[in-house]
Amino acid sequence: MQEECLLTMRRIDKRFPGVLALNGVDFTLRAGEIHALMGENGAGKSTLIKVLTGVYQMDGGEIRVEGERIAIHSPQDAQNKGISTVYQEITLCPNLTVAENMFIGRDGGAWVRQRELERRADALLTRLGIPARSTQLLGSCSLAVQQMVAIARAVDMKCKVLILDEPTSSLDEKEVQRLFDLMRDLKSRGVGIIFVTHFLDQVYEVSDRITVLRNGELVGEYLTEELPQLQLVSKMIGKELEELSYLGETEEKKTASAETFYEAEGLSSSDALPFDFSIRKGEVNGFTGLLGSGRSESVRAIFGADKVTGGTVRVNGKPAKILRPIDAMKHGIGYLAEDRKRDGIIAELSVRENIILALQVMNGMFRPISRSESEAFADEYIKVLNIKTASRETPVGSLSGGNQQKVILARWLLTHPDYLILDEPTRGIDVGTKLEIQKLVLKLAEEGVSVTFISSEVEEMLRTCSRLIVMRDRHVVGELTGKDLNQTQVMKTIAGGEA
Amino acid sequence: MKKNGRKLSFAGLGQLTIPLIAIALLVVFNLIRDPGFFSIGISHNNNGNAVLSGNIISIINGASELAVLAMGMTLVTAACGGQDISVGAAAAIAGSVFVKVLKAGASITAGTVILAFLCSCLVAMIFGMFNGTLVAVFRIQPMIATLILYTCGRSVAYWINGGATPTVSSPIVTGIGSFIPGIPIPTPVIIVAVTAILFKLLFRFTALGLFTQSVGINGSAARLNGINEKFIKLLSFVILGVCVSIAGCIGVSRLGLINHETLLIDIEMDTILAVAIGGNNLGGGKFKLSGSIIGAYVIQMLTITLYAMKVSSTDVKAYKAVVIILLVVIGSPVIKERFAGWAARLRGRSKKVSVKGAEE
Repeated sequence: MQEECLLTMRRIDKRFPGVLALNGVDFTLRAGEIHALMGENGAGKSTLIKVLTGVYQMDGGEIRVEGERIAIHSPQDAQNKGISTVYQEITLCPNLTVAENMFIGRDGGAWVRQRELERRADALLTRLGIPARSTQLLGSCSLAVQQMVAIARAVDMKCKVLILDEPTSSLDEKEVQRLFDLMRDLKSRGVGIIFVTHFLDQVYEVSDRITVLRNGELVGEYLTEELPQLQLVSKMIGKELEELSYLGETEEKKTASAETFYEAEGLSSSDALPFDFSIRKGEVNGFTGLLGSGRSESVRAIFGADKVTGGTVRVNGKPAKILRPIDAMKHGIGYLAEDRKRDGIIAELSVRENIILALQVMNGMFRPISRSESEAFADEYIKVLNIKTASRETPVGSLSGGNQQKVILARWLLTHPDYLILDEPTRGIDVGTKLEIQKLVLKLAEEGVSVTFISSEVEEMLRTCSRLIVMRDRHVVGELTGKDLNQTQVMKTIAGGEA
Repeated sequence: MKKNGRKLSFAGLGQLTIPLIAIALLVVFNLIRDPGFFSIGISHNNNGNAVLSGNIISIINGASELAVLAMGMTLVTAACGGQDISVGAAAAIAGSVFVKVLKAGASITAGTVILAFLCSCLVAMIFGMFNGTLVAVFRIQPMIATLILYTCGRSVAYWINGGATPTVSSPIVTGIGSFIPGIPIPTPVIIVAVTAILFKLLFRFTALGLFTQSVGINGSAARLNGINEKFIKLLSFVILGVCVSIAGCIGVSRLGLINHETLLIDIEMDTILAVAIGGNNLGGGKFKLSGSIIGAYVIQMLTITLYAMKVSSTDVKAYKAVVIILLVVIGSPVIKERFAGWAARLRGRSKKVSVKGAEE
């Protein structure tokens, strides 16, 4: 038993200011296995990986490779010790050749003859069945092949442990299969593979074992064949099935009017597969599914945030063309983006400027909101939403996450939208503010505003939504209303119907 | 909390602190060197007009083209996070068009001057649009995109007047370049003031300021709030085009001729420098037009000071560089932070120490 353990991590602790990101986590990888590392967002998967690859230094615990205790000081160090990582984003150089990418930055590389390198690269590519030539530019290969070249590079460095961090997120189904074949091949050669992914189906297709993390702690290690998909989801979310059934019926929610505000048929974008969707006036519905299931991409398509590629849209029963955010805004749609820092706040501008931004854009360039008017708006919403800021002229970037989120909410509320899309409005903010935002959503709905609410926390969605659209692997796989709105049903649908 | 308060009070004037301190130091230095340096007199020029004269007037007058360009450059910098290095070459084109149109008519009247200016404006805006399209639509780095016009601009200017360096002699043009009879203030200074006021009005009566800063700080968020990012970037280059044309026409009017090789030569780097000295982030985002204008005067005052010290014109650039290194380093975030720390500590000690600090 002991000798087959390739890598053991014991009682790993990692602290960040104010958070315990990893709390005594154990992880064991055997030679010749594919081991899936699972957990919701923030569960500690990537922290664990970064500790293992030397990006972070652990605060406690020990790592052994083949029984020998080691310390990993840097990513380079990890590589030298046989631990290689292929990240989600390809970190090679597209403007170099495949061979150069495979050997760049390695000992003696500068003096090895080009021909020699190419011969070695070709030999390895053939052995691994990777459809690329050593002399072609990496950028001219498909993403899947680039991914494989990255793996080939790792293999050539005689890696014992190969970490694949979300390797399939940008691949199509055929490419995924090719990657899986390569993974199985490496497995048969005795490499231990750690597979991090959000796609449940892929976990069951390729992995031998699953380790689940939640809130920085180990939930358990399981053989894939002994852990049904539904149980996996419940372990990731942290609710036992029995416990979930007691939640029972959710309280009565005010039924929305019968009038449909927005409907889309076959709507698709550069990032979202075609889907149908509609929302009634005063309705609160939600998209749910694991991260990467396509829920954000879908609502972005509604708002025109990504390139819309097809579908017909009706707003208030009339055909509407929503290709860009401004089109959606003119139809009374507001969108609070998932990534507050990247897509929400204008960090260096003041709270006041951030609040009036969307209204100003709708008014147009030539009808500026006067200083006094904008001050009045800012003061009003700072009060209504209880935004904690030193003054209305404070740069929004210096506010806490929850208050930044309130500023963006204020920005959209100021436009008096008919339909508000909130993508993870409560992520990373304190409980009090979360409740305030949930209440606000219900209040808006009472006033006749339609709201689409997305949250990683299913409970929160059950409290606010009267209809849930469930997505898995970028497809809508179910729609839950009425008495089906409970955690058990949601999880069953996410996991794929089997109990 | 306390720490925050200190930071804010240090930033009292915000980004204008450094350029204002630079101006103050230059003034003090010059006063010590020559108490009469800043005296303003009234003299009579060739046409017999009573006009203001003195070093300070020539500084403010001489910086006019730079100040106008710096205003436009600030906007491009804020929106695109990069700079236009073709302004000098583009100004040569604008100036050539100005002269070309002036020479086309039989006589030069106020009407032809206005027409000539509008034509040069139009041409400069088209070239601005060319730069802007490369930057906004094709997402080429501003410095690379404008390198094209920087390289070919003076050749284009050469073609416009068939390779000649034609002169224009007209009291109106002379008036634009120096003094309008009856007004003791140099006309270029008035043009700068008018341009600054126009910019002020532009920001007052449109939401351009908010949109430009939003695009510059967080393009992705700006786009998701419905701002047309490309249009804002393009517009900044077109507005810079107008500034280029104004600067070019002032330059031509000063000399009464167009020399496509030397008109506003090397001004692009001074323009960028003025924006930087003004405390604007060259990576885009928040901006202050007034900072850039003061930056332009700092550069000009530095140049005139060096000339007044009898530094030979070949050496001036080297001395200028030394001072600029100081300014830029002092204005860097690293030093600012250090300085904020020192200031906090100084304030914490007795008054004696802070007096000593002031002497330094």
